[in-house]
Amino acid sequence: MNFSKSFRNTFLVILLSLIVSACATKKTTTKVEGQMQGDVYTGTDTVKYLADGVPDRVFFATNESILTTKSRDTLRKQANWLRANSSINVVVEGHADERGTREYNLALGERRANAAKDYLITYGISADRISVISYGKERPVDSGSNPLSWSKNRRSVTVKAN
Amino acid sequence: MIRLFNLTFLVFLFLITKANSLIEIDITRGNLDPLPIAVSPLFQDDNSKKNSINELKIENVGSEISSVVENNLKTSGLFNPLSSEAFLQKPDIAHLKPRFEDWALIKAQALITGKVTIEDKKLKVEFRLWDILAGREMMALAFTTVPSNWRRVGHIISDKVYERLTGEKGYFDTRIIYVSEEGPKTARVKKLAIMDQDGFNTKYLTLGNELVLTPRFNPTSQMVTYLSYFKNLPRVYLLDIETGKQEVVGDFPGMTFAPRFSPNGKKIIMSFAKDGNSDIYTMDLENRVVERITNHPSIDTSPSYSPDNKYITFNSDRSGFQQIYVMKSDGSNVKRISFGKGLYGTPVWSPRGDLIAFTKLHKGKFYIGVMRTDGSGERLLTENYYQEAPSWSPNGRVLIFYRETKSNDKGEGFSAKLWSIDLTGYNERQVQTETDASDPSWSSLLSN
Repeated sequence: MNFSKSFRNTFLVILLSLIVSACATKKTTTKVEGQMQGDVYTGTDTVKYLADGVPDRVFFATNESILTTKSRDTLRKQANWLRANSSINVVVEGHADERGTREYNLALGERRANAAKDYLITYGISADRISVISYGKERPVDSGSNPLSWSKNRRSVTVKAN
Repeated sequence: MIRLFNLTFLVFLFLITKANSLIEIDITRGNLDPLPIAVSPLFQDDNSKKNSINELKIENVGSEISSVVENNLKTSGLFNPLSSEAFLQKPDIAHLKPRFEDWALIKAQALITGKVTIEDKKLKVEFRLWDILAGREMMALAFTTVPSNWRRVGHIISDKVYERLTGEKGYFDTRIIYVSEEGPKTARVKKLAIMDQDGFNTKYLTLGNELVLTPRFNPTSQMVTYLSYFKNLPRVYLLDIETGKQEVVGDFPGMTFAPRFSPNGKKIIMSFAKDGNSDIYTMDLENRVVERITNHPSIDTSPSYSPDNKYITFNSDRSGFQQIYVMKSDGSNVKRISFGKGLYGTPVWSPRGDLIAFTKLHKGKFYIGVMRTDGSGERLLTENYYQEAPSWSPNGRVLIFYRETKSNDKGEGFSAKLWSIDLTGYNERQVQTETDASDPSWSSLLSN
């Protein structure tokens, strides 16, 4: 991953996420429950954007790599955008929460990233435009030790590779 | 790279009394009644004291070596070193011929005495182990080495005493390789670090530029295998601690992880992940031949060989959830062995061959436990919020693992530390590290 490039690309995203997180902090006191459906995170306060209206990540249930309806919706948006921007390649990062053994989580992150990759391929994106990397539980976005934090960390994130 | 080890030791065995002694420690059960032992400060004459200051900037290296021995014996949980303030006899006289009545008076059952000289840039250490109740010498040894090796002399003395009194090899002249951790949870910086088993002589082996995980010692040499995200490609690497030379293991297109050496040090066993599936492979380090061991659409990871190289235990979710399996080392005859409630991970075969240590997850708690190699006799040794990755001491009596604390909603209060516990479930202790630490791996004995 090239960090300097992704920083350049995400100036707008940072602005956007600031607005999003500002909204979210207002809500959290009352609507923490509303951000999870079962075990899966459905909120937006950690979500960044690949492009306008195209969220970069999808969330998973504990120990699962099955894509939810919402995840498939997000990935279809990513696929549409990737079709329209055929010069851009992506890396799908797979992540797990902290409540699992390190090595199993590395494998689970890889499985999640591939679930997202496979869905993008189904929607017409060439496999050689998508690489995957698993970080297991090594790169959480939320450092809390509670079910809501864990649900935000069980994710795959699609980032621009070039 | 600094040369870390100087393995040149000269050992003179000048007398070992094989006569039956009265003291003996049973280490197969939890020892709630540790043996009272007196470690008399090793005697050093004035000339050697002068040389000791010149060579080592330490005034009395004799007492320092004694402290290393005392600390080792104490942390084993099997010995109770008595306070030196109660000692009635001077170190030099006691070393020649202890007055057993004086030592019996303070309730010592065993006594260690010794003498240190530093001359011509050489450190010579003699020590004797005495049986107070029987009133006789049990062991006498002398070592010659370079003065900078003085802590290792303390560890070797500890091992000799442990072995003489328990009948099993010690584990004090060993090192721990681990991952040093710093920074907030969301941007943790991880480095490979190595230290003596007692937490001294920490050295950092990587700079923290890339993520490193799960270092493991080769049981037969000073080689380590680990996972590095160098250039953002998670791959298994080999590192020679003596020379600092690093190389990637094998040419796999996807992620390689969960590496471990075979007990004879000739192979690396690891997982290879591709297209959402992780399977177990081995690579022969001599001819670089790669062999596939499992072929299953589930996650197969955390492999560990039996000490005779004939079997492999591993972690698989082929039943739907993480469980522990055992198979022959060619991949045939796969059998699930964990059937208790909860999930099981990180199986590690004991160097004695009879047990498998593991991590268990059940109802939001993490346990370190052991079971027989057929899955029977499961015993949970310790329960906590989060802990995993046990690694055996070379004598198979102690497990070292890491434990993380819960963070609050702001992510504060998080820490990762190394802990050790006896196979019996007693004597749980934190192992001191300079920074936060995880993924410990115990080396073999550096000397015998």
